[in-house]
Amino acid sequence: MAETAIVKADRREPMAGAAMANAAVTIKATAPMSRLSLRAGTDALPALSAALGLDLPQRPKQTAGHGDRAALWLGPDEWLVLDLSGADLMAAVSGADGVFSAVDVSHRNTGFTVTGQGAADTLACACPQDLRLAAFPAGAASRTVFGKAEVVLWRQSETQWHLECWRSFAPYVFGLLKEGAEDAVLT
Amino acid sequence: MLLIRCPYCEEERPELEFRGAGEAHIARPANIAEIPDEEFEAFFFLRDNPRGITFERWRHIHGCGRFFNAARDTVSDKFLTTYKAGEPKPDLGAIRGDKA
Amino acid sequence: MSQSFRIAGKGRLSPSRGLRFFFDGKAYDGLEGDTVASALLANGVHLAGRSYKYHRPRGILTAGSEEPNALIGVTNSAARHTPNVRATVQEVHDGLAARSQNRWPSLAFDVGAVNSLGAPFFSAGFYYKTFMWPKAAWKKIYEPFIRQAAGLGTAPNEPDPDHYANRNVHCDVLVVGGGAVGLAAALAAAKAGASVILCDEQAQCGGAMRHESGARIDGRSGWDWAQETVAALKAMDNVRVLTRTTAFGYHTQNFVALAERVTDHLADGKGLPRERLWQVRAARVVLATGAIERQLVFGGNDLPGVMFAGAARTYLNHYGVAAGRKVGVYTACDSAYGAAFDLARAGVAVPVIVDWRHDVPEALVREAQDLGIKLLTGHRVVQARGRLRIASIAVAHRDGGQERSFAVDALIMSGGWTPSVHLYSQSRGKVVWDEATQRFLPGDPVQDCVTVGAGNGTDDLADGIAEALEAGRAAAAAAGHADGEAPVVHVEASESFAGGLAGDAGEIKGKAFVDYQNDVTAKDIRQAVREGMHSIEHVKRFTTNGMATDQGKLSNMHGLAIAADSLGRPIPDVGLTTFRQPFTPVTFGTIVNHGRGDLFDVTRRTPIDGWAQEHGAVFEDVGNWKRARFFPVGGEDMHAAVNRECRTVRETAGLFDASTLGKIEVVGPDAGAFMDLMYTNPMSKLGVGKLRYGIMCREDGFVYDDGVVGRVAEDRFHVTTTTGGAPRVLHHMEDYLQTEFPHLKVWLTSVTEQWAVIAVQGPKAREIIAPFVSGADISADALPHMSMAECEVCGVPARLFRVSFTGETGFEINVPADYGRSVWEIVAARGAELGACTYGTETMHVLRAEKGYIIVGQDTDGTVTPFDAGYGWAVSKKKPDFVGIRGLKRPDLVAEGRKQLVGLLTSDPATVLEEGAQIVADPAQAVPMTMIGHVTSSYWSENCGRSIALALVAGGRARMGETLHVPMPDRTIAVTVTEPVFFDPKGERLHG
Repeated sequence: MAETAIVKADRREPMAGAAMANAAVTIKATAPMSRLSLRAGTDALPALSAALGLDLPQRPKQTAGHGDRAALWLGPDEWLVLDLSGADLMAAVSGADGVFSAVDVSHRNTGFTVTGQGAADTLACACPQDLRLAAFPAGAASRTVFGKAEVVLWRQSETQWHLECWRSFAPYVFGLLKEGAEDAVLT
Repeated sequence: MLLIRCPYCEEERPELEFRGAGEAHIARPANIAEIPDEEFEAFFFLRDNPRGITFERWRHIHGCGRFFNAARDTVSDKFLTTYKAGEPKPDLGAIRGDKA
Repeated sequence: MSQSFRIAGKGRLSPSRGLRFFFDGKAYDGLEGDTVASALLANGVHLAGRSYKYHRPRGILTAGSEEPNALIGVTNSAARHTPNVRATVQEVHDGLAARSQNRWPSLAFDVGAVNSLGAPFFSAGFYYKTFMWPKAAWKKIYEPFIRQAAGLGTAPNEPDPDHYANRNVHCDVLVVGGGAVGLAAALAAAKAGASVILCDEQAQCGGAMRHESGARIDGRSGWDWAQETVAALKAMDNVRVLTRTTAFGYHTQNFVALAERVTDHLADGKGLPRERLWQVRAARVVLATGAIERQLVFGGNDLPGVMFAGAARTYLNHYGVAAGRKVGVYTACDSAYGAAFDLARAGVAVPVIVDWRHDVPEALVREAQDLGIKLLTGHRVVQARGRLRIASIAVAHRDGGQERSFAVDALIMSGGWTPSVHLYSQSRGKVVWDEATQRFLPGDPVQDCVTVGAGNGTDDLADGIAEALEAGRAAAAAAGHADGEAPVVHVEASESFAGGLAGDAGEIKGKAFVDYQNDVTAKDIRQAVREGMHSIEHVKRFTTNGMATDQGKLSNMHGLAIAADSLGRPIPDVGLTTFRQPFTPVTFGTIVNHGRGDLFDVTRRTPIDGWAQEHGAVFEDVGNWKRARFFPVGGEDMHAAVNRECRTVRETAGLFDASTLGKIEVVGPDAGAFMDLMYTNPMSKLGVGKLRYGIMCREDGFVYDDGVVGRVAEDRFHVTTTTGGAPRVLHHMEDYLQTEFPHLKVWLTSVTEQWAVIAVQGPKAREIIAPFVSGADISADALPHMSMAECEVCGVPARLFRVSFTGETGFEINVPADYGRSVWEIVAARGAELGACTYGTETMHVLRAEKGYIIVGQDTDGTVTPFDAGYGWAVSKKKPDFVGIRGLKRPDLVAEGRKQLVGLLTSDPATVLEEGAQIVADPAQAVPMTMIGHVTSSYWSENCGRSIALALVAGGRARMGETLHVPMPDRTIAVTVTEPVFFDPKGERLHG
């Protein structure tokens, strides 16, 4: 086998450079990051938390973060772990004790940040959840729907949201976000 | 659009996040390979479809992903309660009593 | 004589803000703030349309959304034409072009009015009775007639150029109705700290304060108080005031849909959405929907110039427009007196007030005297007369006697006020009959809502505001807000709305309309009862009373009262029909809002899609995916391209984008046990690094999905599904895992989009990919058919499957999706050097059919077992359980003669069968023939040099070599039954 002269493939994100901004809201596709779909029973949580360097949250809609890394509670045995630095999350948890499932979904999802006074209104053009602060406080996260796409919403601050969807849904989600932003600036 | 309380997310969420999954409390027989035709028919094909209170399965498919059970009144379309998969049928008399 | 009915000094519009608009091509002047109706009236125009059935001339009846007559088409451009717009709601803007409907050739001379001459012919139930027979007349006579006569207005032929918006919004309190009562409720709730949405369908809040000149609140006129209160509400952060916004649907759990008209009142929408849908979820809803005035039922009550008293007063007090120069009054209710007095004080002649009642409050009698208005109590209007406009009224005593005629150019009327219980009723609340006031009122609410003010039967303004303040405060408290003190509002003066009459009164001359929009008369209702319609639901459907787009806002009470009278039963015994959504018509644009064009549905594209586009691929839709169907070269048609691709794959090699395949990672110590239960095959026995074709059944034993399963590690499977089946297969697996086998320690994760999948198939496949693979030996011995390796391809981590859906030596390269495009480009470039092609789904289909590989959903249809499909080898005989194990033993599934998958070869090799064509054994039998199966897949096979087909045929495998027949419209095609494998039957090429 020819082991020499391997041609190295390059990486192309589906929404590279996608952005829009108006007086109410700024939308940007996020840079590539590491993502892990983590599934585990409660017995494995201490070891996994230690391996990841954060306390995996155990209550609905909670998130936990440390540095570039965050874990979002998506279900009673499910977390989405994100790492902005691109660290190898599969390697991080591989040695942890206990029964769990770790699956690399770094390329499955595409992220957007939606920032500004009109961010929640932008999302409300197609998300039926109650996005008021009392129901969806800063630091909360949830899987939900955005139009016809399934998304994960993470409210990073009162006016900043991180949104994730599967990559092939990203152009649709971005299109809908733009329409939402165009309307959010009006009302 | 209904609001449905997910017993795992512990809050009401819009119906769009859910999918109905048919009648609840129909357990797949452990010895399914051996059961007679009549028993298989009752297990797989026959459903009550009552007018009034029904027990049914739902999945929070676009939320936490969990299947759970609900008691719902098919006349008023109101959910009486929702509860986690595997839990026994709730005492509806007590639930209605609480609300009266 | 422009705007000669506009009275200087009256109304709230600024005379300096003039504008010009067009009605039926003629230019008219109006003022900013006018509706089309008020501006037409200012110019003395009452005739606004023709009626639906009789094409009777119709005027402007109301000043609100309940208008049944003055429906117009509004045209901004060819594509921007909106039919059936209420002239009483549509605001005028400079240049607006409106036209009347339901008339030809002109509004004043309408040929269709001959329908009126044939009136006896068109009476109630006409359609049901007349078009029964003869049957043959339906297509040629009745249907074209009905189609021409039915419907109002015309729909535009071009796509809607506007855009529409949507907002989901949650609040503590939604107040519907921005009259004085609704404003008070909103104020009380907002001051307590609740989040409040207040909506009103008018351009400005104020409700009845628009016309009720006698109301004084907190030392101001009712109107001024309303405007100041709105301003105060708008200044609060926790309040959203939405005007021009109709709450049209009250759904379950306080989910209320509002339609906001954003640009219809503007000459230039400036890129704004035309309308915005607000999907509101409120903790509590306060309905302050007021009451709707109803007509009096007498002959000619539809003549242009006949108008509701409240509407005439609105036109006067708000728009500064007089309904006429000589305005008669006919009433059964106190409120019409206020209109008469306001008109008289504004200098309009009011020759007579005809009051059906014998007893009228003394104060009203005195004021009429003071203003010199003749008052006839205990009288009725027998008939309104005139042609295109009312000219006189015939008046008589209620008990009969001599008729007296009064010359008028307008008649204003009031039959009393019907509480607007529509939204309450939509919320599934039951209405209750109030005997004292002869009307239906909201009963106990079913949802968390409360009705206040006139809609609740609280007619007195002070009482209504007190009720609203309390309801607003309570609604806020229920949501946990009780800030500050409850606001206090003093009502110093208000007017009486007492009285009313439901039904017809005495002998009728001419047509007395109950439902204007559907042309239903009092006589029609009585006839319906005579003909045996004893339920109000039957009366409604027989006469179409209340079934027009105004949803019976004016007609329901009258229809009910007349039916009850005819039946000799009390009104509540006869019942009330259901109020349905929408309260007023809603555009499709508002309902679909953002979901148009590219956002109508999700279009999913693979990471390699862009390359395929750049290389001229023709795409097809597979679920939401776009898949490259074929890659034409140099002007090839599909046939030529597919033939070339098929040939090239088998002779050299081809690349195929298989990224859309569903992929599920099954991880956990019990992964093998779980896979054993989900698939018919013994998956737990699969060795690490091996692949297996798996079949998934439903519990009933029918094939549900199929795909190749790879064992990445002892506790990790990489499962593939069909493209279209991916979501439901995961749902199906989750269902069993969570609810039937929750003891198993295993989890499922969709990785469909984590991996781009590049299939390289053909004799040169290995040669093509070899230079790019590191970390694995891909020789035939080291990586045989149906095995896999974790390695690197083009320097990125990959799962390399040795697998084939073509029957050739094949690889499927799974790489993280962001690398897919680049890896494809690299491999495709080398493929091209070696003579390989890229191919699409069409070639994939042909190549797999040549090998007899099924496509679930094409060769199976939900009634096919693995045994029927010839895949019995994939069903484990040893496993104690798997989903479908019991279903497969059902008597019908093991019976003889089931349809089985076979191959078909046409006697003429050039004939390609049609997929879906039926198969018979004896082509000479009588029609209808006994069909024994159907063609599931059929192609021209370039590699076989002939057509090939797969089919499901009863007892098919016992028919090998038999000749069957495929009857087609023009001929019958003879076919021979064969094994369903047409190419390389021994499968030697797989192992190259």
